[in-house]
Parts: sequence; C-alpha cells; structure tokens
Amino acid sequence: MDKIVIETDLLTKRFGNFTAVDKISFQVTKGEIFGFLGANGAGKTTAMRMLCGLSIPTSGTGTVAGYDITKQPEMVKRNIGYMSQKFSLYEDLKVWENIRLYGGIYGLSEKEIAEKTDRLLHTLNFENERNTMVKSLPLGWKQKLAFSVAIFHEPKIVFLDEPTGGVDPVTRRQFWELIYKASDMGITVFVTTHYMDEAEYCHRVSIMVDGHIEALDTPKILKQQYGVKSMQEVFYHLAQTAKRGD
Amino acid sequence: MKQFLSFVQKEFRHILRDKRTMLILFGMPIVMIILFGFAVTTEVQNIRLAVLDPSNDQATTEIIRELQANTYFGSVMYVHTTEEANKAFLKNKADLVLTFEENFQENLLHTGTASIQLLVDGTDPNMCKILVGYVTNILTTYQQKRVTPDKAMIQIIPHVKMLYNPQTKSAYNFVPGVMGLILMLICAMMTSISIVREKETGTMEVLLVSPIKPLYIVFAKMVPYFVLSCINLTTILLLSVYVLGVPMSGNLGLLVAISMLFILVALSIGLFISTIVDTQVAAMLVSGMILMLPVILLSGMIYTIESMPVLLQYASHIIPAKWYVICVKKVMIEGLGFRAVFHEVVILFIMAIVFLTISIKLFKDRLQ
Repeated sequence: MDKIVIETDLLTKRFGNFTAVDKISFQVTKGEIFGFLGANGAGKTTAMRMLCGLSIPTSGTGTVAGYDITKQPEMVKRNIGYMSQKFSLYEDLKVWENIRLYGGIYGLSEKEIAEKTDRLLHTLNFENERNTMVKSLPLGWKQKLAFSVAIFHEPKIVFLDEPTGGVDPVTRRQFWELIYKASDMGITVFVTTHYMDEAEYCHRVSIMVDGHIEALDTPKILKQQYGVKSMQEVFYHLAQTAKRGD
Repeated sequence: MKQFLSFVQKEFRHILRDKRTMLILFGMPIVMIILFGFAVTTEVQNIRLAVLDPSNDQATTEIIRELQANTYFGSVMYVHTTEEANKAFLKNKADLVLTFEENFQENLLHTGTASIQLLVDGTDPNMCKILVGYVTNILTTYQQKRVTPDKAMIQIIPHVKMLYNPQTKSAYNFVPGVMGLILMLICAMMTSISIVREKETGTMEVLLVSPIKPLYIVFAKMVPYFVLSCINLTTILLLSVYVLGVPMSGNLGLLVAISMLFILVALSIGLFISTIVDTQVAAMLVSGMILMLPVILLSGMIYTIESMPVLLQYASHIIPAKWYVICVKKVMIEGLGFRAVFHEVVILFIMAIVFLTISIKLFKDRLQ
C-alpha cells in the first residue's frame, strides 16, 4: 500500500459568509503528481494555502507529511517546498546567492549547500550561470531554477502554484521532465495549472468547482467517465456548472 | 540563528547592489545639511517675558507697558532676583528675560543713557534674532517718545546675552533637525519599501511557507537599515562638528544611545507602514506624507513650535522627531546630561514599543 502524505477530511475555509473551500476530502500518496485544477475563484489557492500552513481552516482537518496543518504548521512548513505563479526568486541576487539563501533558511549546513549547489547547477546545465544575476535569465530558466530551489532541501511534498504561467511549450515540457524526476525521487508534487495538456501529465487530477471537489481520478478514467477525448473537455464540462464568477 | 544570518546577508546584498538606494542613503545627508544651511525665517508670537526690575520707576513701568501692549508678547512674569530669572529661563517658563539696571530712570535723566540686559535662548538663532529685534524696536519707539523738553537725546542701551549659542550660528538649529529627518526617512521609508517589495514580487509568500519565523523576517529586515543608519549618524555628526563647527558639548555616548533609540522608533514606523500598504509606490507615498512633511514642519527643525497655533502644538507631540530634536539640542549643543532628557527618552521609548507591538501584531494577523 502506498504511503499517504496528504490527507484532508471535510476541510473548510469561510471568509465571513463566503465559503471559499467547502468540505473537501482527498488523499495524495507518496511520489504522486497530483493535479489540482479549477477555474479562477474555485478555491484552489485557498485550499493550497491551508495545506501549506499559511491559513487556518475554519473546520475540518488535514495532515501534510504526517503533521496536522492546524496544530503543527511549523512542522508542515519544514517538510514542504513551495513555488508560486509569481516568480519566487530574488532578481537582484546571483544564481548561487539565491540557492544559498534558501539553503540557509531551511537550515542546511554550508557544506551541504555547497555540494548540492554544484549538483543542482550540473543537472540543470547551469554551470556557467552560477554568477549570473537572476534577472538576466530567460523566464523559462528562472522557472526551472525556482523549482530546483523549491526542492533543494528535499521536502516530502512540493506545492506548485501555476508554475508554468507564461512559459513557452518547449520549456514547459522541460519543466515537466524536472517534475517527473522529482516524483521518481519520491517527492510528492501538488500542482495547480490552467494548461489542460499539463493536466494529462498528472497521475491523478482533482477538479474544483465552487469550493467543492467535483471530480477526482486519473486523467484516463475521468475522460472515460465523461465520454470525452481530452482533459480540456472534462474541465469545460465541469466548469460550466460553476455558479460563482471570478 | 543561521536562518536569520542568511537572511540578513541577503538584505545587505539587496541594498549594496542597488545603486539608487545607496545614493539616497549616503548622498541625502550631505545634500540636506547643505540645503538646510539656508535657514528659514519665521515669526514668533506669544513670547513669554520675565522681567527683573530692581529700579521699579516710571521709566521701567512704561517700557514694560509698551512691551505688554505689543501683540507679539504674551504673558509677563515678574521676578525679583537674578537666580529667579535664570530659573524661569532654564525651566522653560520664559523665552526672554529682561533685566533693567538699578536706578534706571535716574540714569536715563542724568546721564542720558541706561542699560537693559536681554537674556535669550540662543539654540534657536532665528527665534533669537526675532526676539531681540522686537524688543529693540519697542525701545527705540519709547526713546523717540521720551525726547526731553530740552531736546537732548536719551539712549537706552540693550545688552543682549545669548545662552548656549553666543555666535548665533544657524547650523546649531538645523543640524538636530536634519538628523531627525534623515534618520526617520531612511529607516522608515527604506524598511517599509523593502518589506512591501517582497509582497509585490511574491517572494514574501515563499518566505512565509518556509520554516523561518515571521518575526525573524521582520528583524532581519531591520538589521541592515539599523547598521546603515548608524553609519549615517556618524557621517552627519562628523560633518556637523568638523565642517559646520557645531560643538559636541555633551556626552557623545548618550547622544549615540538616544539616536539608536530614535532609529528603532523609525524602523518600527517603517514596519507599521509596510503592514498597511501593498505596493512600493504606496509605501513611498505614505512615508512621504506621514513622515517627511510633518517631520519638517512640526518637529521644530524649521518652525518654532512655540509660535504655532495651539492645535498644531498638540499635533507636534505625536511626531517622534520632535522629541529627538529636543534631545539632540539639549545633549549636543547645550551639553546637558541624561536627567535633562529623561522625559523625552521615555516618550521615544514608549513610541518604539507601541509601534513595534502594533506592527508585529498586524504582520501576524495578515497571515491568517
């Protein structure tokens, strides 16, 4: 039996009268690439913030990497990596300085940081860019670097919030190769995206509509279930039922 | 601790790499000191007068009446000994002490001359000049009215004595003000901008997801600006003492300690601003609006607080720079010790604690 690393039970977040996330329950197993889809305003970001320990649930429970998200947010944070749609590195720092900073924040030793930096730059073919200012890197490179930095401390789970927004198809493909590599290493990948071709790459996909999870399965089964050929059609089918606007 | 240090290192890199920031940080003090060298003239009202009148004759009574009739002068207080006069002055109960010589009228009638001593606070050269100007004007008018029947001119000779600032150097006045302004601006504006920038670029999100404590982020942001402000303080002090010739009469250690307390207040205000705004532009505007103008106008650096409308005088109480400027004047120029500035130091201390507590609370609340 695969080990469960994320588990939520009736997780709910209310802001006043507005229920952003409404009793969602799901499980994610180790090494899985879990696609978290939904139209804008469906509650994805709020759900993700709760899982990252940034936001306290109104009701329901959740555990991430074995820690309760309400009671032990500090332990949750120690065991996860995070990369947002907004660019998450410092533009005015050099490549190695960014890596060093995050290594330092996660409490790695100097020696560890040095070794892993070399390995990381080698894997990404970035050896010549060690001293480059991040702002002068192309966007695709930045995103790849940001991902590598997010898993630099070998977290159990990495949360990616629309990581490939605005990136060209070739780089996106390369980016997903990195995601697969991380998954092979046993890192669970929790990813939100608006690109439906990317949804096809996920092991399992959940689709949120108006704060609820309306569908959750492998892309293949979902397509069969709705009798369509692509995830795009599955998504349209479900998103049309949404009552909430943006 | 290692987390904290990595973070502080990162902050230093941000600042040292940004040429514009560096220019503002180190160019501003020099430019300001030069700019504010051209002091601004102001009008003084409601002057509190203390009179020591040993002769108490017709001439002195008339002169006092003339002064009282003038709109510039407010209350008049009579003192009986030189000690009493000095005390009224030092306790800040009088702005101007007027001492008539003994046998004033007799001297005036028999020798044609009599003298008056004017004792004024020289720390504020503008106010000082204006006060002396008012009094001499009134004395001249009185002289002209009192032309004796035989047309012989009488002469009243005012002897002006300025305390603390006998040479009326206006640098004495603006240096404490500029110190307050620069430290406030650099600390508050820069800290608020640097925190808000992280919100804007999205890196704050990443930091909050990391195990680093929010409190650490805040303090790590403050450390570099604290250090840089101390460098600035040194620059300003060196410029003031060696270029402008402002004396360092008091205890340097005390001055530095008070300055550090003030820097802390300014940093907390910067932090406070960063919790209420979301963009760098807003941070800049807010810092400019709620810091720069009030500090320039209400801290007493240019305009004397005593001559402001009562409402503004009260408003000036909440300007931290006002208290700091008072401290610097007392310690640096008048050479007073800790006891003289105790009141101001306590106020600054309370301000630091209040701002820090509020902003840390707001910073944490926003995360929920």
